[in-house]
Amino acid sequence: MTNLTSLTLAEARDGLAKKSFTSVELTDAHIVAVENARVLNAYVLETPVHARAMAAAADATIAKGEAGPLAGIPLGIKDLFATKDVHTTACSKILGNFIPPYESTVTSQLWRDGAVMLGKLNNDEFAMGSANETSAFGPVVNPWRRDGSDVNLVPGGSSGGSASAVAAGLCLGATATDTGGSIRQPAAFTGIVGLKPTYGRCSRWGIVAFASSLDQAGPVARTVRDTAILMRSMAGHDPKDSTSVDRAVPDYEAAIGKSVKGMKIGIPREYRIDGMPAEIEKLWMDGAAQLKAAGAELIDVSLPHTKYALPAYYIVAPAEASSNLARYDGVRYGLRVPGRNIGDMYENTRAEGFGAEVRRRIMIGTYVLSAGYYDAYYLRAQKVRTLIKRDFEECFATGIHGIVTPATPSAAFGIGEKGGADPIEMYLNDIFTVTVNMAGLPGIAVPAGKDAQGLPLGLQLIGRPFDEETLFSLGETIEQASGRFTPPKWWA
Amino acid sequence: MSVDAATVRRIAHLARIAVTDAEVPHLQGELNAMLAFVEQLQEVNVEGVEPMTSVMPMDMKKREDIVNDGEIVDKVTANAPESEDHFFLVPKVVE
Repeated sequence: MTNLTSLTLAEARDGLAKKSFTSVELTDAHIVAVENARVLNAYVLETPVHARAMAAAADATIAKGEAGPLAGIPLGIKDLFATKDVHTTACSKILGNFIPPYESTVTSQLWRDGAVMLGKLNNDEFAMGSANETSAFGPVVNPWRRDGSDVNLVPGGSSGGSASAVAAGLCLGATATDTGGSIRQPAAFTGIVGLKPTYGRCSRWGIVAFASSLDQAGPVARTVRDTAILMRSMAGHDPKDSTSVDRAVPDYEAAIGKSVKGMKIGIPREYRIDGMPAEIEKLWMDGAAQLKAAGAELIDVSLPHTKYALPAYYIVAPAEASSNLARYDGVRYGLRVPGRNIGDMYENTRAEGFGAEVRRRIMIGTYVLSAGYYDAYYLRAQKVRTLIKRDFEECFATGIHGIVTPATPSAAFGIGEKGGADPIEMYLNDIFTVTVNMAGLPGIAVPAGKDAQGLPLGLQLIGRPFDEETLFSLGETIEQASGRFTPPKWWA
Repeated sequence: MSVDAATVRRIAHLARIAVTDAEVPHLQGELNAMLAFVEQLQEVNVEGVEPMTSVMPMDMKKREDIVNDGEIVDKVTANAPESEDHFFLVPKVVE
């Protein structure tokens, strides 16, 4: 039999439909792969019993000819998604032994369509981080290593477990979330595809909140097509999320293979930052050339407020986080650390339950919202956000269909290598991705090449609101030209 | 703008996060690094610009004013660190 863990999601779906193998066989192969890859620390909870039961149920629907679009497909779920009766922690000590009595809307739609849950995936604590090093369960290891090196690298973050698991063949696809780059940056670091949908496209209900006006769920998978398949199930209107948009969900897979001839592709000059490594610049221009070769027209564009996106983000996101995370008080769920009185109990619980990065962001968020500082920081940042969004609107108004940029300023780095002395060093990882969250736009990261040390690098495509389909068409064009990227298996 | 040690303690208290005296200088340095980084926003001309309040332009949705949930008190209190008879238990607040 073929190696069931190296199939793409689309190949597995077609194999199940043709009865070449069963979902139980497919799921068992993945359970074994997960067990053999514990050194990567991608899964924080394995749910094999649950998975086999779901696989058997999927096989029954396939046999009856009633299979849903994801019937029998084994997936990993980022631990930020509440899963009914299954431990959910956001990889924070403060959620303790929290067992949600409800299911997130996005995951409930995956199960509705027949998918199988292999387990919960590691992430930065409350999705705050760019290297998956802030998790209470410890760092995730990237399946990629530099040529000739056995140094462990980060998979990026915050969806580091999702990216590592997909790249290493520990699931056929995974859920992820993106507040400033948390889908696209880890996808780029691990040589896979990640889509951050338009704000409002996927319901946020049942996903542990970080920054509500920026958070958006999306899929990661090994191909653009697989990402499109997952997106169709994840997207959709949800009355339980007031920012969820009531708009029909297209058949995203139909966008795969669609010609990009005649499309106008913007190349924003402000993304050519000082000190950009030559290999990133080359990757970017090569990707643009691939789109041109497929018939697209390249146009230099300007997004003048680009450089202010990251500083504005580090006001807006911590401010919203400080408000969202006020709920962790040791009363209703999670950790409680006793104190002399109720105030002490709150303070001790939050001091012990939150990690250093989360504490830092709550404090900066509290400061920028505090009396006397609100106008100078938060209100100004929200005005800058309007300007960032306007830059994109004016660009798209000239007829631009999509914008191409690098996904990250570098390839993956070593565990513990960055951000130790200065938090800003780590934050700069999101310099190309954060603009998209600030403007609420869709963005996709697609692997497009390797650096001099053999590590994968990704390109980002930015689209018009609710035009994920164009991103899939453009992304697949780059995928076809660049090929796929699979790490050599050293871990099992 | 930058914060002094007293402000760090005040922010920590507002955020209900206990900090030890030993942690204050380190936190102060980190918060000031972040404040220095966001300082560049002061150079942007935001005169006459509306702050963004809704990411996607749409009307606020309103649900019908009906009871559509409830009678799940077991579930609501199931994850509490301490509860009794469907109440959350906290340290004594009123003497």
